[in-house]
Amino acid sequence: MAGMTGMLQTRRNQMIALAVLGVLLFILPFAAGALGQAWVRILNMTLLYVMLALGLNVVVGVAGLLDLGYVAFYAVGAYTWSLLASAHFDLHYPFWILLPLGAFLAALAGLLLGTPVLKLRGDYLAIVTLGFGEIVRILMNNFDKVGLPWSDESYNVTNGPRGITGIDGLNFFGFKISKGLDLFGLQITSLQLYYFVFLAFAILSIIGVSRLQHSRIGRAWQALREDEIAAKAMGINTRNVKLAAFAFGALTGGLAGGLFASMQGFVSPESFGLLESIMILAMVVLGGMGHIPGVILGAVLLSAMPEVIRYAADENMQQKIFGLVLIAPEVLRNLIFSLAMILIMLFKPAGLWPSPEKK
Amino acid sequence: MDVLLQQIVNGLVVGSVYALVALGYTMVYGILQLINFAHGEIVMIGGLTSLFAAKGLLAMGAPPLLALLVAILAAMIACAVIGVLIERIAYRPLRNAPRLAPLITAIGVSILLQQLAILVFGRNYFSFPELISKAPIVFGHITVTLNEIVILLTSFGLMAALLWLVHNTKVGTAMRATAENQKVAGLMGIDINKIIAITFAIGSGLGAIAGVMVASNYGQAHYYMGFMLGLKAFTAAVMGGIGNLWGAMVGGLILGLVENVGLIFVRGDYKDIFAFVVLVLVLIFRPQGLIGERVAERA
Amino acid sequence: MMTDMLFTAENVTKRFGGVTALDNVSMEIPRASIFGLIGPNGAGKTTFFNTLTGLYQVDEGKFTFDGKPLNVKAPHEVAEVGIARTFQNIRLFGEMSVLENVMVGRHVRTKAGAFGAIFQTPSTRREEAAITQRAHELLDYIGLSKRAGDKSRTLAYGEQRRLEIARALATDPKMIALDEPAAGMNATETIALRELIERIARDGTTVMLIEHDMRLVMKVCHHLAVLDYGRKIAGGTPSEVQRDPAVIKAYLGGAHTEVTK
Ligand SMILES: Nc1ncnc2c1ncn2[C@@H]1O[C@H](COP(=O)(O)OP(=O)(O)OP(=O)(O)O)[C@@H](O)[C@H]1O
Ligand SMILES: [Mg+2]
Repeated sequence: MAGMTGMLQTRRNQMIALAVLGVLLFILPFAAGALGQAWVRILNMTLLYVMLALGLNVVVGVAGLLDLGYVAFYAVGAYTWSLLASAHFDLHYPFWILLPLGAFLAALAGLLLGTPVLKLRGDYLAIVTLGFGEIVRILMNNFDKVGLPWSDESYNVTNGPRGITGIDGLNFFGFKISKGLDLFGLQITSLQLYYFVFLAFAILSIIGVSRLQHSRIGRAWQALREDEIAAKAMGINTRNVKLAAFAFGALTGGLAGGLFASMQGFVSPESFGLLESIMILAMVVLGGMGHIPGVILGAVLLSAMPEVIRYAADENMQQKIFGLVLIAPEVLRNLIFSLAMILIMLFKPAGLWPSPEKK
Repeated sequence: MDVLLQQIVNGLVVGSVYALVALGYTMVYGILQLINFAHGEIVMIGGLTSLFAAKGLLAMGAPPLLALLVAILAAMIACAVIGVLIERIAYRPLRNAPRLAPLITAIGVSILLQQLAILVFGRNYFSFPELISKAPIVFGHITVTLNEIVILLTSFGLMAALLWLVHNTKVGTAMRATAENQKVAGLMGIDINKIIAITFAIGSGLGAIAGVMVASNYGQAHYYMGFMLGLKAFTAAVMGGIGNLWGAMVGGLILGLVENVGLIFVRGDYKDIFAFVVLVLVLIFRPQGLIGERVAERA
Repeated sequence: MMTDMLFTAENVTKRFGGVTALDNVSMEIPRASIFGLIGPNGAGKTTFFNTLTGLYQVDEGKFTFDGKPLNVKAPHEVAEVGIARTFQNIRLFGEMSVLENVMVGRHVRTKAGAFGAIFQTPSTRREEAAITQRAHELLDYIGLSKRAGDKSRTLAYGEQRRLEIARALATDPKMIALDEPAAGMNATETIALRELIERIARDGTTVMLIEHDMRLVMKVCHHLAVLDYGRKIAGGTPSEVQRDPAVIKAYLGGAHTEVTK
C-alpha cells in the first residue's frame, strides 16, 4: 500500500517536473530574445547539438564504435538541403522532400563508411572514420571544380570554400518561417520560430533514440559494445547490427544538417571540420556515454558554455575587472573550455551524468 | 621518370618526418593503448621553441650551426618536460578509467597547448632562419637541398638509435615488457610509472626534432602547424600497425611517398585526401596494419 | 548404435601454427544427455568449443548437429541452429543489467526491427513483453530474480556463472556448452550448479560440460571424453573412464591429480 502511494507520488512529481520543464522550454526563446537574437541562435544551435550528440551516442555510446568523423553526416544533410534549395542551382525543393532525403543520403553515407570498416576494431576504426570525415570535407572544398582530377574542365558543384549562400529557409506549405510571425500581437521572430521547430525535432529524436536503445536492436548494440565475441555467441549478427548503428546515427546527423542549413542560409566546409566531430564526441563522453539524459546535458553544456564564456570574458568585462585586456577573448574562451574538458574527465571519468548503477 | 624520381626524394624527406612523429604516437600507444592526441601539439611546440631560440642566438651573434644545435636541444628539453607533465597530470589518473576518458583529456590538452602557444608566441606565422643552406644541389635530374639531406640522415639516424635503445638496453627491455603486460612487468620489479614517463620523454623529444625539421624545411612555424602533421603521422602509425615501431617508420615513409608521388597524377588540392584514402585501402585489406601482427581472438 | 545422436564430431583437427590443439578428435553426444569433456590444462577442450561454435574454423573434420551437417561459418549462425555456450573466462555484458543480459539471449528467437521500436508497433510491444517475461522466468530458474535490475558486473563470481547459463538458455538451445561452470564456486554453489545442470538436461536440453571438478563431472555426466594434448585418449561412461589406464596416466603424469579425489 505504501509502495503504491509512493509510486503514485513519484509519478505525480514526474508530471510536475515535466510541466515545469515544458513551460521553461516555452519561455526560453523569448527570454533569450530579450537579450538579443544572437542568443536565440545559440539556443537553436544547442538544440541541433542535442540531436547530433544523440545520434553519435548511438554509434559511440551505445554500440561502442568510436567514430571521429561524425560531422560528415551532418555535412551531407546540410549540403543536400543547400544544393537543392538555394539560388546555387536555382532549385527550390520543399522541406518534406529535403529533410527525409538528407537523412536518407546521410544514412547511405553511414552504410558506405560502415561496410569497409566492419572488421576494424577500436582505434583503427577511430582513425578511419576520422579520415572519412576529412575526405568529405576536402571534397566539399574542392567540388567547386569537379572534373576528372587530371583534367582541367570542371563544374562548380559545392562552390568550394566560399560555401553556398542564399539558401531557402524552412517553408511550411506557403508559410515562410523566415518572415517571423505576429501571433495576436505577440511578435515571434524567425529565429524563435526555428527554435520551436528544432525543439520539436530534438524531442522526437530523444523519444526515437531512447525507444531504440531500449529495444531488441538497442540491446544488441550494447551487447556488441560490451563484448563482441559473446554477442556473436548469442546469435547476434554483429555485421548487420553495426551497420544499423552507423546508419541510424548518420540519419540523425543528416536531419540536423538539413535544419542547420535552413536556419543559417549559408553553409561552407568550414562548419564541418574535425574539431566539430571532436566537439560532438566530447559532448557524448563528458555527459555520460550511452545515457541519454547525460548526453543531452553534455550537448547543452558544451554548446552553450563557450558562448557564455565568450560573453563573460569579453574585452569590456576584462576592462572592468582588471582595467586592461589581458587575454584575447577567443583565446581565453578556448583556454577555459579545454581546461574544463580536462578537469571534468579527471574528476568524473564516466561523465557528468552516467547511467545509474541500478535500473 | 625524372619527375617520379624527384617526387620519390621529396616523399622520403617528408615521410621521414612523418615517421619520427608517428614513432611518438606508436610508443605511447604501445604502452598505454592511448591515442596521445596532444602529440601533434608537442611537435608544434618543438618547432616554435627552436625557432625563437635560434633567432635569439643568431641575434646574439652565435654561428648558425651552434644556434641550430642549441635550438634543437632547447626544443627537446621543452617538449620532453611538457610530454612528461601531460602524462603525469592528464593521463596517469585515468589509467583505469573508461577507455574514452583519456582520449577526451588528450583532446583537451591538445586545444590547451594551442592556446598556450598563442599566448606565449602569438598567432602569427613566424619565419624560421636558414641555418642550413637551402640552396638547390643538383644530382643529375633531381634537386635537393643540404637541409633536406640533413633531415633525411638525422631521421634515419634517430630511428636506428631508437631501435637500438629499445632492443639492446635495460630501459628498452623494460619498455617492451611494460608494453607486453603491465601487471607482469610490475611484478618483475619494473617501475612502470618511470618507464611510461621515459616513453613520453623520448617520444616528445623525437617530436621536438621533427618540429625543428618541419619548421626549417618549410621555413616557418605557427601555433596550428601540429594539427595536420599530427593527424597524418597518426594515420601513418595506424597504417603501419599501431604499437609497432617498424610499422610507424614504414607507415610514415609510405605516406610521404604516396602523397608526393601521387601529386604527379592528381591535382594538389586533393593531396590531403591521399593519406586517408591510402589508409582506408590498407586497413580494408590488412585490418591490423601493414606490420602489426594480428592478435587472435581468444574466447 | 541405436541411440539418437544430437551432435557428432568426426576427425576434427585444429592447429595454431606449430601447436596441434585438436588432433583427429571424434565424439558423439546422445540427445538430452550430459556429456563431459575433460582433460588436463591445455588439452584443447576450450578450443573444441571454439571450433564447434564457429569462433575458429577447423582445419580438418566435420560436425553434425541434429541430423544435419553443422556449417560453422559465423558464430551467430551456430546460435541460431541451437547451440549456446558459456565462457571459461566469463563474458557477460557487464554494464547491462542482469535482466538485459538474459534478454539479449532472446535476440536470435525474435525479430523486431528499428521501425517497430521507434513507432512502438503493437507487434513489437507484444514481442518485447514476451522477451521480458521469458527473461524473468529464466532468472527465476537460476535463482537470480532479486538481482534483475543490477548491472551484471556487480554480481558475485558464482552468480555471474549462473547468469551466463541463463543467457545461453534464453536462445532456446538444443545443446548448451558449459566451459568450466564450477570454476571459482564454493561447495554449496557447486551443489546448486549440479542440480541446475541436471534440471537443464531433464528439461530436454543436451549439456556439454567442460570441467576440472572431477567429483562434479563423475556424478553428473552420462558420458565422457578425455582429451590430452589435443588427442582423445579415452571415452565412455564415468566408471569406464575412471578405470582407463591412459586417463590415469595422463592425469598423474601432469600436475593434475583431481581424478583421484
Ligand atoms: N587462439 C589461439 N592461438 C594460439 N594458440 C592457442 C589459441 N587458443 C588455444 N591455443 C593453444 O591450444 C592449446 C589448447 O588450449 P585450450 O584453451 O583449448 O586448452 P583447455 O583444454 O581449454 O585448457 P584449460 O583447462 O587450461 O582451459 C594450448 O596449447 C593453447 O595454448
Ligand atoms: Mg579451457
